[in-house]
Amino acid sequence: MLYIKCPHCGMRPQIEFSYGGDASVKRPDLNKEISDKEWDDFVYNRKSLRGKHLELWQHISGCRQWIKVERDTATHEIFKTFKADEGVV
Amino acid sequence: MSQDFRLESVGLINRDKKLSFKFNGKKYFGYEGDTLASALLANGVHLVGRSFKYHRPRGFFGAGVDEPYAIVQLYRNNETEPNIKATEQELFEGLEAKSVNCWPSVNFDIGAINNFLKIFLPAGFYYKTFMWPKSFWYRIYEPFIRKAAGLGVASTKHDKERYEHKYEYCDLLIAGSGPSGLSSAYAAAKNGAKIILAEDKPRFGGSLLTDDVNIGNQSGKDWAEGIISELKTMPNVVVKNRSQIFGYYDHNMLVMSEKVSDHLPKTKKYHPNKRLWYIRAKEVLISSGSIERPIVFGNNDTPGVMLSSAAKEYLKVYGVLVGKNPLIFTNNDSGYETAIEFQKHGVQPMVLDSRKNPESEIIDEAKSLGINIKNSYVVVAAQGYKKVKSADIASISDDKKQLGKIENIKCDCICVSGFWTPSIHLASQSGNKTKFKEEIDAFVPGISKQQETTLGAANGVFSLEETLQTSFAKGRELSKKITDNDNEVNIPNVVEKKSSKHDKFWCVPLPAGKNYKRFLDFQNDVAVSDIEIALREGYRSIEHVKRYTTLGMATDQGKTSNLNGLQLVSEIENKVVPAVGHTTFRPPYTPISIGAIVGREVGKHSKPTRKSPMHAWHEKNNAVFVDAGVWLRPRYYKRGNENLFEGSKREAKNVRTNVGVCDVTTLGKIDIKGPDAAELLNRVYTNAWLKLPVGKARYGVMLREDGIVMDDGTTTRISENHYHMTTTTAQAANVLSHLEYYLQLVWPELNVNVVSTTEQWAGAAIAGPKSRDVLQKLFPNLDVSNEGLPFMGYMEGDLFGVKARIFRISFSGELAYEVNVESDNGNFMWEKIIEVGEDFKIQPYGTEALSTLRIEMGHVAGSELDGRTIPYDNALEGLVSKKKDFIGKRSLQRAAFTSDDRQRIVGVVPLDKKTSIPEGSHLVKDANAPLPNPKLGHISASCWSVEYDNPFSLAILKDGKNMIGEKLFVMSPLKNKVIPVEIVSSHYVDPKGERVRS
Repeated sequence: MLYIKCPHCGMRPQIEFSYGGDASVKRPDLNKEISDKEWDDFVYNRKSLRGKHLELWQHISGCRQWIKVERDTATHEIFKTFKADEGVV
Repeated sequence: MSQDFRLESVGLINRDKKLSFKFNGKKYFGYEGDTLASALLANGVHLVGRSFKYHRPRGFFGAGVDEPYAIVQLYRNNETEPNIKATEQELFEGLEAKSVNCWPSVNFDIGAINNFLKIFLPAGFYYKTFMWPKSFWYRIYEPFIRKAAGLGVASTKHDKERYEHKYEYCDLLIAGSGPSGLSSAYAAAKNGAKIILAEDKPRFGGSLLTDDVNIGNQSGKDWAEGIISELKTMPNVVVKNRSQIFGYYDHNMLVMSEKVSDHLPKTKKYHPNKRLWYIRAKEVLISSGSIERPIVFGNNDTPGVMLSSAAKEYLKVYGVLVGKNPLIFTNNDSGYETAIEFQKHGVQPMVLDSRKNPESEIIDEAKSLGINIKNSYVVVAAQGYKKVKSADIASISDDKKQLGKIENIKCDCICVSGFWTPSIHLASQSGNKTKFKEEIDAFVPGISKQQETTLGAANGVFSLEETLQTSFAKGRELSKKITDNDNEVNIPNVVEKKSSKHDKFWCVPLPAGKNYKRFLDFQNDVAVSDIEIALREGYRSIEHVKRYTTLGMATDQGKTSNLNGLQLVSEIENKVVPAVGHTTFRPPYTPISIGAIVGREVGKHSKPTRKSPMHAWHEKNNAVFVDAGVWLRPRYYKRGNENLFEGSKREAKNVRTNVGVCDVTTLGKIDIKGPDAAELLNRVYTNAWLKLPVGKARYGVMLREDGIVMDDGTTTRISENHYHMTTTTAQAANVLSHLEYYLQLVWPELNVNVVSTTEQWAGAAIAGPKSRDVLQKLFPNLDVSNEGLPFMGYMEGDLFGVKARIFRISFSGELAYEVNVESDNGNFMWEKIIEVGEDFKIQPYGTEALSTLRIEMGHVAGSELDGRTIPYDNALEGLVSKKKDFIGKRSLQRAAFTSDDRQRIVGVVPLDKKTSIPEGSHLVKDANAPLPNPKLGHISASCWSVEYDNPFSLAILKDGKNMIGEKLFVMSPLKNKVIPVEIVSSHYVDPKGERVRS
């Protein structure tokens, strides 16, 4: 079970969180004309990365904040966590 | 039977407390502090079970967790538990155990014929033989194999024992209370670190209980006792015996199973049977010690053959002689230590040492005691079927290839020592890449991957002095890092006998003309010949060899077999052991009860139960409840002998003719506040929200980004910047997360807050032509006329002194209102509604009537919004704005979603107007078409229309738009039904929606 540092609450076990997918995906702006390909890439297409991955988690049984977690998908090592509005360095 | 093999006044058992127990129906006696194994051995019982594959007689091989085959079925307090190691089960008064894997009895086992057929049961036998014909597998082969194999029977009764889970955090978790565990714990405790010290056995001390050593001028055992009692007094230390750390998981989380009650005849009141600890440790010290490894020889599985360390433990801890005429077979000095213990207690052993002329203090001591020692000698084979009677022994050449003349000598047990294998399971589970240590012919942990350190014998260090030094130092160093304290601890002086180097010898060659089974893996019946076959058939990777032969699998996880197996593969392959590598060690290290893993989340505790504030009233009024997610909702209120069909029909009918009231507390409710609230709603719902006036509600549909309908519900504008959203019962949590996702990550510029208020409001839906009359009586001072409170209107009121919210919304399709009050007032509200509604023949109605009412109105719910439908499919396209963008809009342009023959909701009526249509049935054009019959759609919901008094269903049908009036067939192979039906509009009752506006 992972041990995740919520940037708001501190170290918390994985059971308090729910996983939210790739954090690098950016929703296209509202009312913007975009191609089918661009939209499909946003809705469906994800890289199944091995290694360092920036992902979203929600502290669902805690502060309910969505956070970003930089994690190695192979080793589960967590390098850093960020608040939703924090720039990723 | 008397305890003929028990020594007087030796051991750590409590001789004042004699216990009786039964094994295979026969009564024996033992003492408090015995294990089932030691008590049986004290009574001279060596035969415990039959082996897994060949059903060969098997006895005791180890004395603890290392035991591969002394597995029994335990009976305790009218319960039974399989897969219990006799070497770990502590004796209690009245214990009952039986042998497993034998029928009809352990003494006469029919399956033992496999032993004589063994030539036909080589590695891969099952894979090769039971392949054909395919249809035989389920009917014949599998049931037969299952009956013949297996290690016990699981109880089919509900387990009444309680198992608890505990979450714990500590600075240092120490696995094992032997010399290294105690030293590191002591040093770290002195630095104030928070420590958990876990020992799997009932007694602390590990090897110090049996080794003849001296620490700080006292015996090792006394020193251990002193340290443990001091640790127990320290507030920062938790010391646990009977507690096995069995798994090492990510981010330094380890799981430990504490046997709280297994050693007692019955679990004490309010105590659990076992407690599972989830421990998150800053640092882990693995002091799990080592397990003696066997030397492989012919018939080395005969009862009476056991590890020499086990024989020593039975003697020193339990005062039990495993034999009175022992033969000791060793390639190192450990065998001599066991021999010395026998000799000291009046039993003359013979020692066979594969080494030519070893010299050491230990050997000198053995010689001085007059022990009979034969060098360059080996056991070729054990003789005896159910018990060792003699041994074939021979001298062996220096290259270990040639045996001398074989002699047969009488003996009643063979204690074997092939040197020591560090227990690296935990380290390996942590991700540590192990390395091969040439000097000890075994793997030890390499570079740590997590915060773990392996010490002592588990790290391949067999000198007590070195173990104490490194462990004290490590405990001090790691605790200092955490607590910043650095207290000096004196490392006590150590007196231990120096030993000589072991012999790199692990397997006795077969004598000419003999074909003895030489077992590597005792639990899984894998012999040398099986590995040879696997390699001959082309298996090269050790992981493949493992799976083909079952070497190192199952509950044993190769504790005694792993290295000998690797040695054999490396020898045949002409590779070095590290190049062969070892298989993956998997948790659990030793079997753990399923009950302990499940914990208390069983039966009705497997999920929480949510009840509305009106629950007690429903109960009192004969409600029959149904699970709605985790909620309990009244399905119908039973009157007399009514069944569900009759009761729900009565309730629905009463709503259509008079008035009914339904508990709708379970609906998800989200409070939305902020200047940008309207903008948020406008983006998450498909319809327009910017112009909703204060005091008005609107129905909305929200989509996922892929265009699929996520949820629907009404949202009401309570005041300028305050909205009250309702969701379906099932999607309440998902919708909240969805809103939070967009607010926090996608549109953080929106100034809106959302919070769940599901539990803050109790809700009652009052529906039916007379609902306005009821409402007027509830709120005599309000204007609730059609003008004063029009359809989709909202107002606040005072319900006999209680603040209430009134929404004119309808799910039933009738004139209807929903009244919300704070949860604490829910029951008060409900009783008032029933009271004032009496004049209007009000009846409460449950979810079944609720469904009927919505189905015949063609209102969609969860069965249509099933994660596969878009707004069009549900006839909701009128709510999809063309002007503005919203979540999921772009997906609605996908070709499949806009195709001309897109599926759409329709109504379905059986032609005979009688036959009920099962939900989930398929709609087809031709009932007699060859299979697979093309499916045109499926029945999503069915009811008995109370308006028309005939069955009516909703269906999602291909090209539903153009299918009205068509005749199709409903097919339900599950219920064996074929029903001719007509497709009608989904709006079966009041298609113009006049009632809700009346």
